[in-house]
Amino acid sequence: MALALQQLINGLTLGAVYGLIAIGYTMVYGIIGMINFAHGDIYMVSAFIAITVFTLLASFAISSVPLALVLVLIVAVLFTSVYGWAVERIAYRPLRGATRLAPLISAIGMSIFLQNFVQLTQGARVKPIPPVLVGGIDLMTFDGFTVRLAYTQILIVIVTVALMAGFTWLITKTSFGRQQRSCEQDRTMTALLGINVDRTISLTFMLGAALAAVAGVMVTVYYGVVDFFIGFVAGIKAFTAAVLGGIGSLPGAMLGGLLIGLIEAFWAAYLSAEYKDVATFSILILVLMFRPSGLLGRPEVEKV
Amino acid sequence: MATFVLAPHSLSPATRLKDAAAVAFITLLLGIPMIGLTTVDQGGALQIATRWPTLFTFVAVAFAGRLVLRYGIDRFKAHQLTRERSTAATAAAVLAGGGRARSPMLTGVAWAALGVALTLPVFFADNRYVVDTATTVLIYVMLGWGLNVVVGLAGLLDLGYVAFYAVGAYTYGILGTQFGWSFWEALPVAGGMAAAFGVILGWPTLRLRGDYLAIVTLGFGEIVRVILVNWTELSGGPNGIASIPRPTFFGLELKPPGDDPTFASFFGIEYSPSHRIIFLYYLILALALITNLFVSRMRKLPIGRAWEAMREDEIACKAMGINARNVKLSAFAIGAMLGGFAGVFFAARMGFISPESFTFSESAIILAIVVLGGMGSQLGVVLAALVLVLLPELGRDFAEYRMLLFGAAMVMIMVWRPGGILSHREPTLRYAAEGESR
Repeated sequence: MALALQQLINGLTLGAVYGLIAIGYTMVYGIIGMINFAHGDIYMVSAFIAITVFTLLASFAISSVPLALVLVLIVAVLFTSVYGWAVERIAYRPLRGATRLAPLISAIGMSIFLQNFVQLTQGARVKPIPPVLVGGIDLMTFDGFTVRLAYTQILIVIVTVALMAGFTWLITKTSFGRQQRSCEQDRTMTALLGINVDRTISLTFMLGAALAAVAGVMVTVYYGVVDFFIGFVAGIKAFTAAVLGGIGSLPGAMLGGLLIGLIEAFWAAYLSAEYKDVATFSILILVLMFRPSGLLGRPEVEKV
Repeated sequence: MATFVLAPHSLSPATRLKDAAAVAFITLLLGIPMIGLTTVDQGGALQIATRWPTLFTFVAVAFAGRLVLRYGIDRFKAHQLTRERSTAATAAAVLAGGGRARSPMLTGVAWAALGVALTLPVFFADNRYVVDTATTVLIYVMLGWGLNVVVGLAGLLDLGYVAFYAVGAYTYGILGTQFGWSFWEALPVAGGMAAAFGVILGWPTLRLRGDYLAIVTLGFGEIVRVILVNWTELSGGPNGIASIPRPTFFGLELKPPGDDPTFASFFGIEYSPSHRIIFLYYLILALALITNLFVSRMRKLPIGRAWEAMREDEIACKAMGINARNVKLSAFAIGAMLGGFAGVFFAARMGFISPESFTFSESAIILAIVVLGGMGSQLGVVLAALVLVLLPELGRDFAEYRMLLFGAAMVMIMVWRPGGILSHREPTLRYAAEGESR
């Protein structure tokens, strides 16, 4: 019981991070219909930026935790958005209108490039930082097992909920959101109506990268270690989450992320830690077999 | 005749400088957190280290590079435009001809490549490195031709192709080490095993299309790898399987003279370790050529036609009474079987296999070969495999930049030619239009 509660907490935290990354995938897929394979690496870049900024702040002797977190978030979001923009500009924009596979290959190339770029510039070793936020709340003790809600977990969930709220507002209520959704429906018509489609797509990439940046900072704070390979696994998990929830759907991405996080946590605790990735993918396959458009996705209408 | 036709090709120097400055600024922003700043481990705690001079070199290079590149591209485009205008009439005539058969030049290139491939070990008999690299290229060519059936012909995006490669390799690894099977006995069995996996993995994906299919196949690839890592009793886990038997030449082993007749003693020639290398080379060359022949014959059979039709329009195919399930499953099975054969060869060549060799990046490289080559083009696969294997090899002197260059090259080739090096996506069968001679 206590273990289940603990795994619920852990799974939700992990799921929130996956959800944040999944939104980047789902938005990009919605607007230009491609899998942005480099998105996981954008998240990894942000984790490295977070490490650098934390170290920098420590060397300036800034010890206030909230201040440090806010500064790191701002810096990471800004620089990572530039990375998101540059990736789109270099690797995807020239390929607009090409076959569907061309941007996919270019994205895989970009992902390999970013991984190796970071490995070369920042080193291949695992980077640890001292814990930023220590402690937590002991919720209950049951058979000598204490269920603990760490402050970092509270932070991750609060930040995710706040971002989701802000993001939903941005997409449903603002003029940018309307432009973004209209690009998703029909790019040509949107362009005819005088909306700068290229700019909207760029902004979408930057927003996706910004959310991935937040996820990167959160993971750095949560685990305290970063290496250049974390982007691949997280990227695949998050993409699975996006597909599970129904690609193109924002609430779907969040729901998919939470589900994947929970499945992983419970499977690792009760069945086998080695096969937790198998569980994730098996459930994805089962869902797609019976609901090919994902949990919250719109069924695709086939046209002749 | 320096005629600048359109405004974008005749920018003023000020505009060009501004453009280059913008690029330099972006480079600066990208570089600050990665190149300019880094963290180094000093006595257990991280410390900041700066590399501003390197960063400014990068920014300067980006500025100059952009200036030169942009100027070059603009000149080229302007030139092209003038030329296009003068030859507009001819171009229109060429386009009207449409649907040309394969150009004679490409056929020539293909034959020349075959000739080079056949004679390569004769010229480089003593150079083990060249023959080894050529063998690697051929493995990728074979994998590319196998995946081409699934992606290029049937249009099913498969990101987990490496799973079948692994199934083939492990089938031979287990049969060879635990049951004493030889390479030639295990080859058909492993191919059949991989084909069976192709059907099993293909079955649940029949209803899926496009990117859903891609992610599910990616998931299958990862599942197979995770099982190989964790099912230690079967696969040896992360340690893999070692001392896998080498292939024999009609029962003659290629090893130093011993009790049994070996290749060298049977033919009465002096033993040399290069025999085995060259034998392996010709073996994979033969396997690859058989694959090529097989696939190009398949394309002319009803099932091959059905693959291509399915790629172009699935709904129309179903309306015409083609059994979509069988067509897709057969593409999966045949692609998987070819991957399985390549896997057997890989295991026999290396003598050692571990899950390390069957990661997602391997799938990505094979897919990249198919797409870079131009989907559906057999010759394109060869060219792309050459580029993708040789490029990192050429970069061996600065080894740590190999994968960096590899990734950058993938992006650049795609941006330069989105359809692949040889874009050639025409259906094999074409309804002969008027005025077209076939």
